[in-house]
Amino acid sequence: MEDKYEAVIGLEVHAQLQTASKLFCGDSIAFGAKPNSHVSPITLGHPGTLPKTNKKAVEYAIKLGLACNCEIEENNYFARKNYFYPDLPKGYQISQHTTPICKGGFVKIKTTEGERNVQLNRIHMEEDAGKSIHDRDDDYTCVDLNRAGTALVEIVTEPDLHSSDEAYQYVTELRRLVRWIDICDGNMEEGSLRCDANVSVRLKGEKKLGTKVEVKNLNSIRNVKKAIDFEIQRMINIIENGGTITQQTRSFDASNDTTFSLRDKEEANDYRYFPDPDLAPFHLTKDFINKIQSSLPTLPNQLIHQYQNEFGLSDYDAAQLCDEKHTADFFQSTIQFTQHYKAVANWITGPIRQYLNEHHLSFETILLSPKTLAELIKIVDDGKVNFSVASSHLLPLLMKENKDPLQLAEELNLLQVSDSNELEEWVNEAINKMSDKVVEYKKGKKGLIGLFVGEVKKLSKGKADPKIVTALLQEKLK
Amino acid sequence: MQVTDTTIDNLAHLARLRFNEDEKGSIKKDLQNMIAFVEQLKEIDTTGVEPLLHMSDTENVLRDDVIKGSISREDALKNAPLKDEEFFKVPTVIKK
Amino acid sequence: MFSFQSIKNYQTFLAENSDGCSVAVNHYLSEIEKNKHLNSFLEVFAAEALQSAKELDAKRKAGKPLGKLHGVLIALKDVICYKDHQVSASSKILTNFTSIYNATAVEKLLAEDAIIIGRNNCDEFAMGSSNENSAFGIVKNAIDETRVPGGSSGGSAVAVQAGLSMISLGSDTGGSVRQPADFCGVVGLKPTYGRVSRYGLIAYASSFDQIGIFANTVDDAALVLEIIAGADDFDSTASEQKVPFYSSELKEEKKSYRIAYFKQALEHPGLDKEIASSIQTYIQTLKDAGYIVETVDFDLLNYIVPTYYILTTAEASSNLSRFDGVKYGYRADLNKEDDLTELYKKSRSEGFGKEVQRRILLGTFVLSSGYYDAYFTKAQQVRRMLCDQTKKIFEEYDAIISPTVPTTAFKIGEKSDDPIEMFLADIYTVYANLVGIPGISIPLFKHSNGMPFGLQVMTKHFDELSLLSLSKQMMQLKP
Repeated sequence: MEDKYEAVIGLEVHAQLQTASKLFCGDSIAFGAKPNSHVSPITLGHPGTLPKTNKKAVEYAIKLGLACNCEIEENNYFARKNYFYPDLPKGYQISQHTTPICKGGFVKIKTTEGERNVQLNRIHMEEDAGKSIHDRDDDYTCVDLNRAGTALVEIVTEPDLHSSDEAYQYVTELRRLVRWIDICDGNMEEGSLRCDANVSVRLKGEKKLGTKVEVKNLNSIRNVKKAIDFEIQRMINIIENGGTITQQTRSFDASNDTTFSLRDKEEANDYRYFPDPDLAPFHLTKDFINKIQSSLPTLPNQLIHQYQNEFGLSDYDAAQLCDEKHTADFFQSTIQFTQHYKAVANWITGPIRQYLNEHHLSFETILLSPKTLAELIKIVDDGKVNFSVASSHLLPLLMKENKDPLQLAEELNLLQVSDSNELEEWVNEAINKMSDKVVEYKKGKKGLIGLFVGEVKKLSKGKADPKIVTALLQEKLK
Repeated sequence: MQVTDTTIDNLAHLARLRFNEDEKGSIKKDLQNMIAFVEQLKEIDTTGVEPLLHMSDTENVLRDDVIKGSISREDALKNAPLKDEEFFKVPTVIKK
Repeated sequence: MFSFQSIKNYQTFLAENSDGCSVAVNHYLSEIEKNKHLNSFLEVFAAEALQSAKELDAKRKAGKPLGKLHGVLIALKDVICYKDHQVSASSKILTNFTSIYNATAVEKLLAEDAIIIGRNNCDEFAMGSSNENSAFGIVKNAIDETRVPGGSSGGSAVAVQAGLSMISLGSDTGGSVRQPADFCGVVGLKPTYGRVSRYGLIAYASSFDQIGIFANTVDDAALVLEIIAGADDFDSTASEQKVPFYSSELKEEKKSYRIAYFKQALEHPGLDKEIASSIQTYIQTLKDAGYIVETVDFDLLNYIVPTYYILTTAEASSNLSRFDGVKYGYRADLNKEDDLTELYKKSRSEGFGKEVQRRILLGTFVLSSGYYDAYFTKAQQVRRMLCDQTKKIFEEYDAIISPTVPTTAFKIGEKSDDPIEMFLADIYTVYANLVGIPGISIPLFKHSNGMPFGLQVMTKHFDELSLLSLSKQMMQLKP
């Protein structure tokens, strides 16, 4: 980006709340159902039907507000946002647009430039629209109202982001947060987390905001970054060529990482908001809010600090453990059985995570019990099995079935051999096998020791204690 | 305020209604008269009066997060003007 | 020859006649047929009603416990949803629409063994005061067929007036039950806002609408109210307040009610002189009978209609957005190149009648950006002031009386197309909807022109017991 410009970005993220039923009626919100099978007369907007607010959705919204340091509004209302679209059955959306349940707040992000707080404007509840499917039929748009009425929270930032990287970090952090407090599964591909970006550019130092453009259809965090990058460049190009930016809504085209215009903002609708007379206002007591506050788990950033301070874990390890609550939970559970914090972190972020990825599993569904992991760590620490054998031979089996690791090692004849006499046999064999390398080693290529250790490892089927082997080799090859 | 054809056109579009020339003339008059009629309210001093947003005596009416009340797809599509076995159908929104 | 005086008498009749329900249904079906020209009914559920009657007669014979409305024939205004039955709000835009659920009020009636006899004609979407705005023809006043029955629940009023049903449920947003009751000489009750669930009532103005009851007697209205009132899981605005046993707790003995009436109301220039003087005389009758009746100043009287106008059209404009030709209802014939906007505009313009379109447009204006504060917010502030003033009145008084309508039933086609003139005729009734209090019109009077007219009684919120008691007492204290 040309250095003389700065970008100003605001993000609107919609998160679908993981309640069992919709915001204003009892239809299920489960994803992937057959079209128009999770609907009721209320969802369909049949004449005479009325909404009734889902208590759980309110709790979830408050949870998120508290996690984002927002001020929670005690007197709550819903308004009607009136417009016509086939997937909007009532011809209006019930929304808290005018009276959000959470005001202000911030989300901490970390970029290459350091840490900072992204200021939020608000979080409010609203109902989702259905789905319009345009490519199923040449002449018609097909409408599926399963999704209509699902509870959403809309999280709106102030125009407080200044780069695509910040935007990337923000959405990443927000996604982690909503999953952490268990209110949303953060699945952008399925649409349970959606992001719209408002982008503008201005000359550095300029106080006035440039004309902003809204970009939609950003269905992955990477695409958020790409779209913003494209937009910023597009806008700068226009300005540099003497043109002016038109306020409009654009859509991201993932096939070529560009954006195209959907409609000009001049067609902006007059939504004629007014308080919904069908819904009683609801007042949140301090008691109610406090109860929800105390039900919140320790949030990721706090936990990271805790891990660093209490357990001496590195920045990286602590962050890795806290990328997801299930990972942190697993760590928490394991350290109930052992104090080898660093080892636990290593196992979790290393071999265990690798295994889970390869097998398309997660810490949510992991079969390995924290207790078993602790025991595994212990036998490695005690020298009974070396780390290499433990991770490549024992772990895969324990991931499928929890057994006593020591017993398993014994059964499989994987106990580490530390007896010098036993080891000497293998060491001698290795030296004999690789006599030419021995010559080179003696000539000065000390790095070759790793080769010999590796050979002993092979000969011993991994059981040789590498530390003792190394010492023996060094002695013999003097 | 003066009610013009544009006023009517904008309102009609917002409400997805359409008026022919005659109807437009008559509706313009109606709107003009209504405005004059309700302007009477300006005579009342409402400073400091909270707008009344809700009529009922109910408050904090919240329901438990329970799945119930869904109907069959057949019933859902029963009254649809145009449909197939799964969807409601409308003229394409995005022209090809 | 079957004749109906009251539900109580009817139930005695049933106890003595094993085929009583069937007799009653047959009687009413024949009366409905004879009076088809009144156009009170859009649809008669003849076969079903006969079937229900048979089943109910059998139930009685078998000695099973009987519902409180056992065998009572009830008609529903065409804005109340009855599962698997058509409902159209008397509008083309809901032609052939079949409701897929029951209004809560209907569920309650059915649970008490009532028989739903049919659906009554009304002004389209309950917008009107004469039943001349129906897509399915006008309704005629049975006492004088050249006159309107009132509206919007004209069909319901006539159903009870002409003996076509024992009871009819209507809806009242600005007087749509009380005014036709007045024009037709029957009892018409609008409960407190939130007393009866609105779930299943096609919405006109959400903060004004209530299902109301047409009956021949105050006792009957009381019984039906007892059944349909109460909290509802599906309606967030339905009150949790306990429902009294109105029918048995009605007090017939005179209680010294303190009754107020608005000075400005009886002095209103639009009020028919004979109505004014009849009511003045009746006030004296009440005083002579021991009631305390006093005038109260009500300086906001002239502002209630504009306030009502703004708020109801605003809410209606939004409530009627769902009629878009997408999921149900009328969809216009489209050409190949017609897009979505065409779909909406054609369907809605062809499906909605003129009056409905007018009100939608006005409501859209009132809510639109730039005018919202000047009109909508202002009206809500005035509404608050009206509520506050009303509260004060009921600290001093138990009831308010007034004329129900400034005139008796007018001739069909007589009322001009002037919407403001029509609205001004609602001046006495809209007050109760604005402040949410219950109101009733009781048929006390007969005009020298041959038409009936009533007295309107109102009490404070949720005090239907006093309302019904006082009404019954007044019905026994004929002018």
